[in-house]
Amino acid sequence: MSTTTYTPRRGTLARTESRQALGFVSPALAGLALFTIVPVVLSIVMGFFNWPTFGDKEFVGFDNYVRLFTQSPDFWPALRNTFVFALLYVPISVILSLLLALSLSSRIRGRGALRVLFFIPVVTPMVANVLVWKMLLQPQGLFNGLAQSWFGVQLPNFLADPQWAMIMVVVMSVWQGLGYNMLIFSAALEQLPESVVEAARIDGAKGFRMIWSVMLPMISPSIFFASIMTMITSLQVFAQPQLLTGGGPGNATQPLVQFIYNQGFKFQELGLAAAAAWILFAIIIILTALQFRAQKKWVHYEH
Amino acid sequence: MSTELISPVTAMADAEHDAAPVEQSERRGRAPLTTGGRIRLVFAHLGVYLAALVFVSPLVYAFFSALKPNSEMFAMPPTLVGSELRWSNFADVFAYGPFLTYIGNSFFVAVSGTLVVLAVSTMAGYAFGRLRWKGRDLVFVLFLGTLMVPQEVLVIPMFQVMQWLGWVDSYPALIFPFAFTAFGTFLMRQFFRGIPFELEEAARVDGAGPIRSFLQIILPLAKSAVAVLAVFTFLSFWNSYLWPLIVTVDYASHGTLPIGLASFSGLQGTRWDLQMAAAIISMVPTTVLVIALQKHLVKGIAMAGLGGR
Repeated sequence: MSTTTYTPRRGTLARTESRQALGFVSPALAGLALFTIVPVVLSIVMGFFNWPTFGDKEFVGFDNYVRLFTQSPDFWPALRNTFVFALLYVPISVILSLLLALSLSSRIRGRGALRVLFFIPVVTPMVANVLVWKMLLQPQGLFNGLAQSWFGVQLPNFLADPQWAMIMVVVMSVWQGLGYNMLIFSAALEQLPESVVEAARIDGAKGFRMIWSVMLPMISPSIFFASIMTMITSLQVFAQPQLLTGGGPGNATQPLVQFIYNQGFKFQELGLAAAAAWILFAIIIILTALQFRAQKKWVHYEH
Repeated sequence: MSTELISPVTAMADAEHDAAPVEQSERRGRAPLTTGGRIRLVFAHLGVYLAALVFVSPLVYAFFSALKPNSEMFAMPPTLVGSELRWSNFADVFAYGPFLTYIGNSFFVAVSGTLVVLAVSTMAGYAFGRLRWKGRDLVFVLFLGTLMVPQEVLVIPMFQVMQWLGWVDSYPALIFPFAFTAFGTFLMRQFFRGIPFELEEAARVDGAGPIRSFLQIILPLAKSAVAVLAVFTFLSFWNSYLWPLIVTVDYASHGTLPIGLASFSGLQGTRWDLQMAAAIISMVPTTVLVIALQKHLVKGIAMAGLGGR
C-alpha cells in the first residue's frame, strides 16, 4: 500500500489521512510505550542488576541467573511445582470441558442456563472462589464431614499434606476454569456444517465413532487453541496456590509466579525476580513453539 | 507474522449481523427419536443435570454457610442450613474492616479502566482497520507482539516505574498500567474491518472527515463489539489480583475487592461466616453481569476464542 502509486492529488489526501491516523493511534502508542515497551526494556536491565526496592543498584552481569539455578533453595521446587500443575491441569481441564461441551448438545433442555452456570466461576473473583474451597477443604469442612458421617472414613488433611495440597489446587482450578473452554468448544461444535455431520450419519457413523472420527477432527483447531491458551495460563498460576495453601506446606505448592512475587515483594530483590520472570517467559515461548510444531500431526484445517 | 493469519476472525465480525449461531442450531430440524433414542436422551439429561448439581454445590453450600452462626460453620455432621438464617452476617461484613471502601474502589477502578480501554482501543482499532498510513502493518505486528509478554515480566519493572512516578497507592496505578494492552485494539480492528467500506465512502464524499465518520458511522455500527470488549475489560479489572496486590500498600485507602477479601481471611482467620458472606457479596456483580449479558459473552468468546481457527 505504497503512496507512490497515487496521483499527486491523492498523495496530499494520503498525507492528510496519515496525519489523522497518527492522531487516532497515538494514545494507544503512548500507553504501550510507557506501560509495555519501557517495562520490558527495564526488566531486561533489572535482571542484570542487584536491584533492591530501596537503596543502591549494582551491576552483577548474569549473577542473578546463576544464583537462581545454583543458590536459590525455592527455585527448582517452584519450577517443578509449575510443571506438575500444568501437566495435571491442562489435560484434565481440556478433556472435561470437551466432554461437557459434547454433552450439552442441542437436544438438552435448558442448556443455555446450564452453560451460564458452568461459566459463573470463570468470572467471579478468584479470591472468592478460593475462599469457598478453603472452607470446604478444612479438616472439619464439608468433604471430611460428609465422609465421616456417611461412611465413617477420616479423609487426609488436604491442605497440610504436600501431595494432596497440589491435587486440591488442581481440582479447585479445574472447577474454576472449566466454563471457559466449554464455551470455546460449544461455539466450535455449533459451527460444524450440518451437511458433513448428516453425510457421516448416512454413512453409518453413530455415537462414539461420530464424535471421535468426525466431530473431534473438525473442531481440532479449537482444541489446539484451547490447549495452548490453557497451558500458558497454567504456567502463570498464582492466586490459587497463594491463597489456598500459601504455597505450602513448606514449598510443596509454590509455583514460579509466587516465587517471583516473593523474591520481588517480600525479599525486595527486584533484580532476581526480573531474572526469574524472564525464565518463565522463555519456558512459555518454548512450550508454545513445541505445540505449534506438533500441531501438524493432529490439527486439521479446512483450508 | 502476517496480519492475514488472523483475518478469519473478521468473518466472525460479519456473522455478527446475522442471528446468533446458537439460535440457528436450536431451530434446525431434527430426525424424530426412536424409543431407544428417547431413553438415551433421558439418561443424557440425568447425567448433565447431576454434573451441574455437583458443580454448583460448593457455591450453594458457601451461600448457606454465609447465613450460619460462626459456631455452626464446621458442625458434625455437616448441615446445609444452620439453626437459623442469620442474614445479619451480610451486614456485619461491612462493620468489619473497610469493606465498603473496597467495593467502591473496585467499581471506580473497573469503570474508569473500562472507559480508558474503550476510548483507546476503538480509536487505535479505527486507525489500524480503516485508515491508510505508512508503516501501519508493521506497527500493528509490533502491537500484536506485545500480547505475548506475560504479566509477570511486566509487573516488576512496572512497580519500579510506579515508584518513580510516585504512583504507589494511587488510583492511576490501578487504572492505567494495564489499560493499554493490545487485545482491545486487536478486537476492534478485526471488527471494524468487517464493516463495508461503502458505508463510510458515502459520508467521506459528502465531506465528512475521519473523526466524524468514526463517531457517527463506525462506532454506532460497532455497538455490540464494543459491548463485548466492555464486559471483558470490566471483568478483568474487577477480578484483577496480582497487580493491585503489588501496587497497593495501604489497603484501607486503595484496596480493591479481591485484595480486601484476601486480607480479610488473614485478619478474621476464625470468622468463616463473615468470610463466606464477603465472598458471596463479591460474586454478585459479576454473576449478574454474566446472566444479563450471556449472549454477548458467548459471542465474545467466539470472537476472541476462535482466533486460532
